[in-house]
Amino acid sequence: MILSAHNIRKRFADLDVLKGIDLEMQQGDVVAILGPSGSGKTTLLRCLNFLERADEGILTMDGADIDLHRATHREIVRVRRKTAFVFQNYNLFQNKTVLQNVTLGLTVGARMRRDEAEATALEMLRKVGMADRLKHYPSQLSGGQQQRVAIARALATKPEIIYFDEPTSALDPELIGEVLSVMRDLAVEGMTMLVVTHEMDFARNVSSSILFMDGGEVIERAPSRQFFEQPREARSQEFIRSILQR
Amino acid sequence: MSERIWGIVADSFPKMLTYGLTVTLPLAAASFLLALIIAVLVALIQYGNVPVLRRICRFYIWLIRGTPLLVQLYLVYYGLPKAGIYFDKLLAAWLVLGFNEGAYMAETMRGALESVSQGQMEAGYCVGLNFVQIMTHIVLPQAFRTAFPALSNSLISMVKETSLAATIAVEEMFRQAQIINGRVYESLALYTEVALIYLLFCTILTWLQRLCEKHLARRGGAIK
Repeated sequence: MILSAHNIRKRFADLDVLKGIDLEMQQGDVVAILGPSGSGKTTLLRCLNFLERADEGILTMDGADIDLHRATHREIVRVRRKTAFVFQNYNLFQNKTVLQNVTLGLTVGARMRRDEAEATALEMLRKVGMADRLKHYPSQLSGGQQQRVAIARALATKPEIIYFDEPTSALDPELIGEVLSVMRDLAVEGMTMLVVTHEMDFARNVSSSILFMDGGEVIERAPSRQFFEQPREARSQEFIRSILQR
Repeated sequence: MSERIWGIVADSFPKMLTYGLTVTLPLAAASFLLALIIAVLVALIQYGNVPVLRRICRFYIWLIRGTPLLVQLYLVYYGLPKAGIYFDKLLAAWLVLGFNEGAYMAETMRGALESVSQGQMEAGYCVGLNFVQIMTHIVLPQAFRTAFPALSNSLISMVKETSLAATIAVEEMFRQAQIINGRVYESLALYTEVALIYLLFCTILTWLQRLCEKHLARRGGAIK
């Protein structure tokens, strides 16, 4: 088991966003989190990486238990070193080139030697098909290209798991394919991924299993094919029906 | 215009320019540097929401922006000695000009810091950077670029504001104009002359500013 989380709770003002989420990820799992908007999917990801401080919950990674509410600075850094995050809005560093965006975490964060960091960055940028844009700045790239650079940046830190928060939701329809195909390649290579998405093709054909959330709870966790063909829960069935109607 | 006036202008020009180049501009530059350091610290404290210091910074900005520069200058140079605190006149001018402009520039910097998207900060944490590394490598460089036009304006203001130091007898360019005028009584010619030298300085600075902005735009594209 690469990661397990137990009883994650989060409240914003008087809204229970997460009502006790349990989650387990095996090495190589590609889990798509589906659910209606406002169901807590993004908050769950953000709590797992301490971008949001959960009110309660235990995260177990590599045999170490971490209290999601009371984690120390040191524990947070340790968790983040094993994980990476891909944002809906890419969040590339606007003042850095493509290459610098990928190397910054390595040279400054992990104190890697520059040539070593650049070699790693180049390898990752090649993987996402962006090695021909090293000197470009984010503002000179399309959304799809920016997101691929963001994926390279995530890969460069050699994470055990990558969280994707609606990675294609901000993209123009014609640019979604290039990002999804990079993600598909990663899945095939065995990268462990937890993906909040609205792309049903990806959920159905690439992810190994589905975590269906509604109202801050996990309603159903099932292998992808089974979830789409024979959903167990009434709310899952309703959700799939509403998708098919679109 | 009579030959006498031309003679006075020709005589006084090198003197004034010398004071302009050796006192006015260095004082403006030194005060600007002090203001910049204060502005960045004050803006960072507010941006990072540091408990007690944040209140002190708000108090400082409130105090400085609510009182005239000339009064601040008099208070420090003529007032504080009554409380046993003495400053050399040049030091007093430097401190007052720096702390005064610093308050305005702090607000500029705070706005510029806040204009950098929060998401880049989160991305920084996620790739293993700490707060200081994120500030120095990502947020501050972008904030400086955003604030550059406004900061340039502050520098240009500073050049002109140094003339107030004449009121506490700092021997700068405008003080020279006053002194020479005291001898020859040609106020129109001499004050026009000194005004033109300020204009020259500010024109050159504006031109430099435009050059820098062009360079910044070429290097890295527009900041959204």
